[in-house]
Amino acid sequence: MDTAVTAKKKWWSGGHSPFNVSYGKLMMWYFLLSDAFTFGALLISYGTIRFMSTSWPDPNEVFRSFPGLGHANVPMGFVSLMTFILIMSSVTMVLAVHAGHQRRQKDVAKWLIWTIIGGIAFLSCQAWEWTHLYHEGAWWGRNPFVNADGTAATSNFTNFFFTITGFHGLHVTSGVVLNIVILSNVLKGTYENRGHYEMVEKVGLYWHFVDLVWVFVFTCFYLL
Amino acid sequence: MSNEATLHGQQEVMHGAHAHDHGHGHDDHEHHEGGFISKYVFSFDHKTIAKQFLITGIIWAIIGAFFSVLFRLQLGFPDATFPWMESILGHWAKGGRITDEAYYALVTMHGTILVFFVLTAGLSGTFSNLLIPLQVGARDMASPFMNMLSYWFFFLASVVMMSSLFVQTGPASGGWTSYPPLSALGDASIGSKIGMDLWLSAMALFVVSQLLGGLNYISTILNMRTKGMTMTKMPLTVWGFFFTAVLGVLSFPVLLSGFILLLFDRHGGTSFYLSELFVNGKALSNEGGSAILYQHLFWFLGHPEVYIIILPAMGMVSEVMAVNSRKPIFGYLAMVGSMFAIVILAFLVWAHHMFVTGLNPFLGAFFVLLTLLIAVPSAIKVFNWITTIWRGNIRFTPGMLFSIGFVSTFISGGLTGIWLGNSSIDIHLHDTYFVIAHFHIVMGVSAFFGTFAGVYHWFPKMFGRYMNNTLSYIHFWITLIGAYLIFWPMHYEGLVGMPRRYYDYSTWESFKQFADLNHFISIVVILVFATQLLFVFNFFYSIFKGRKLTTQNPWNATTLEWTTPINPGHGNWPGEIPEVHRWAYDYSKDGHDFIPQTTPLSPEEQANGGH
Repeated sequence: MDTAVTAKKKWWSGGHSPFNVSYGKLMMWYFLLSDAFTFGALLISYGTIRFMSTSWPDPNEVFRSFPGLGHANVPMGFVSLMTFILIMSSVTMVLAVHAGHQRRQKDVAKWLIWTIIGGIAFLSCQAWEWTHLYHEGAWWGRNPFVNADGTAATSNFTNFFFTITGFHGLHVTSGVVLNIVILSNVLKGTYENRGHYEMVEKVGLYWHFVDLVWVFVFTCFYLL
Repeated sequence: MSNEATLHGQQEVMHGAHAHDHGHGHDDHEHHEGGFISKYVFSFDHKTIAKQFLITGIIWAIIGAFFSVLFRLQLGFPDATFPWMESILGHWAKGGRITDEAYYALVTMHGTILVFFVLTAGLSGTFSNLLIPLQVGARDMASPFMNMLSYWFFFLASVVMMSSLFVQTGPASGGWTSYPPLSALGDASIGSKIGMDLWLSAMALFVVSQLLGGLNYISTILNMRTKGMTMTKMPLTVWGFFFTAVLGVLSFPVLLSGFILLLFDRHGGTSFYLSELFVNGKALSNEGGSAILYQHLFWFLGHPEVYIIILPAMGMVSEVMAVNSRKPIFGYLAMVGSMFAIVILAFLVWAHHMFVTGLNPFLGAFFVLLTLLIAVPSAIKVFNWITTIWRGNIRFTPGMLFSIGFVSTFISGGLTGIWLGNSSIDIHLHDTYFVIAHFHIVMGVSAFFGTFAGVYHWFPKMFGRYMNNTLSYIHFWITLIGAYLIFWPMHYEGLVGMPRRYYDYSTWESFKQFADLNHFISIVVILVFATQLLFVFNFFYSIFKGRKLTTQNPWNATTLEWTTPINPGHGNWPGEIPEVHRWAYDYSKDGHDFIPQTTPLSPEEQANGGH
């Protein structure tokens, strides 16, 4: 397309997308905005209840185990690994989208596979962490951990932890499923025939969003 | 990706949809009867989906309104018995009198059905689907498939909600707001057992339906306007639907979060909303939760929800009024601006529903201020409507009458909103019949009038026939007068302090005086309900037997939907999509009665710089 014409184009005058994006990508952006409100509501609810409480368990005391290290005290060690894995999977997703722009089918597939592996690894870590906490006596409605000031805690620490990390895990799971669907299309050559890899970009948006949400979940539950 | 490719991709979707209609789709390998399923059931065509939403909405409206007749019988005739009631409600109306549990269930379901299933899905589901593609000049929605899913999620939500009416312990009965702890504890009331779970599941499905629909409406309006259709050339209807969709996409997810937490409280042993409670004299172990938290989450949706209900009606009324006054809408940009202001304020006023929850009065003051600010854009809109019909060449079509009725009820219901928005007055009026009167007039009746205006005005576009005028006029006058007779007296009851949701007022010394008034209101309710059945008859009769359209443009309107054939196929325009050259309100201009949006500007107009 002639760039000189593009510069003069009246973007909002109809007949084309004002943002120069397809409707599918636009919808993904608005969906993510909507989903941000879902997570926002959950995290704000968590904040409300936590601020209402006189005291709260200390995350350094709760999250200090590491698989294979027995009773070693590694506060935040395992969750840092999980977070690192998820962020790395975002990096591989960027590389997949980038390869898609250059229409390198093999590289798209390679980086998507790494992203899927990252996602599954994150979910496995979460499964281990949940199981570990469960064996320590934590679950919805049950909280074995005491408050930082030594008083007995309500069950809302574990209630919110399992609900919100579970809801996020559900998002990661659906992201992995979407990535697998897109990967199979990439391998079948669907996007090569279509002439562009926009679908990879769309699941990429979703994947980065899920990652971004984790940063907030991580901050709220493990750091604060 | 370039725009050409985007548009091309869209055309591919359309070709696919065409093929589907003509019986070459996937389904048709199994169904050989010429694609009835793909044409009328799992249709991709936005016009068919609109009709599906409308007819489902009508069915829900009849059920919801009938429930109100049932509980009005209890309120108006507390001592009488109606044996026929026992035959349809069984043990819910033993001896012909509704039981208290059934009464609460009826009130709850009346609210839920009317607010969500009729005035949200039935109203914007119908008209956003019908009018957005037709009025912005698109062949269909951005994603016809997601659009179809949106209807079928709504249908599924309807099935679940409907099934809750038939379970042993009855449907949810804690009010349409479903406040915990009542809604969270199955032992607290029989309406909080399985009925409440079905209510929550149905509402979750409903949120999915709204999300799929809303994303589609927004993307269609932004991305798929025809050539020349700038945002400010769009009819106000489309602006109304756009803002409605934005509100829905941003507020429904918060409700969903609230419901997730409520479901865990019901079944996961959690205490998000529960703390220090006794049920039937037994202490519960729940600690540390907050019931007020649910109210915040609920009203963060709940308040925008009233604008989700009223904005499409406002848009349609603006359009119908301009067409039938043969005058341009007064203050087009002010109309758009005030709708935008309403959208922003909609998110900042939710706590005015919570003034008596123990909310910090200092915080309440901000919510009072922001609430009262809504009066400004609302007043701008009202004055613009009045100025639009001022000295107009008014044609009193049924659509126009209902539009004028809308403005009337919007003013009388809106004024009491200024009372209620003040926290000091609200403390007295909270949870009384004053509130019932206020929101029924300003959002229930008004939104219904907007819907009726829309149905009468666009019925010819939907079915290629007119509705019967005589029946329409009877419908209008009885509904308008009836609405005022029903809700006006409730203001007085509320000012005296008569609380809402009570089963029987005859046992209260203070409220006995209203026995005759309640009696009167109930009789009017029955009359108005019967008149709505007249509308339903008119609607279905006219689909098959109404007077046929002979012209593409029966109301001499400027907008694009009237440039399509009388019965447009999937794709709307048989040839090219028309190009737009002017705004939607060139009525009585330069010696012309109206100038369609597709007419190019004349040389003089160009010299004047557009309109």
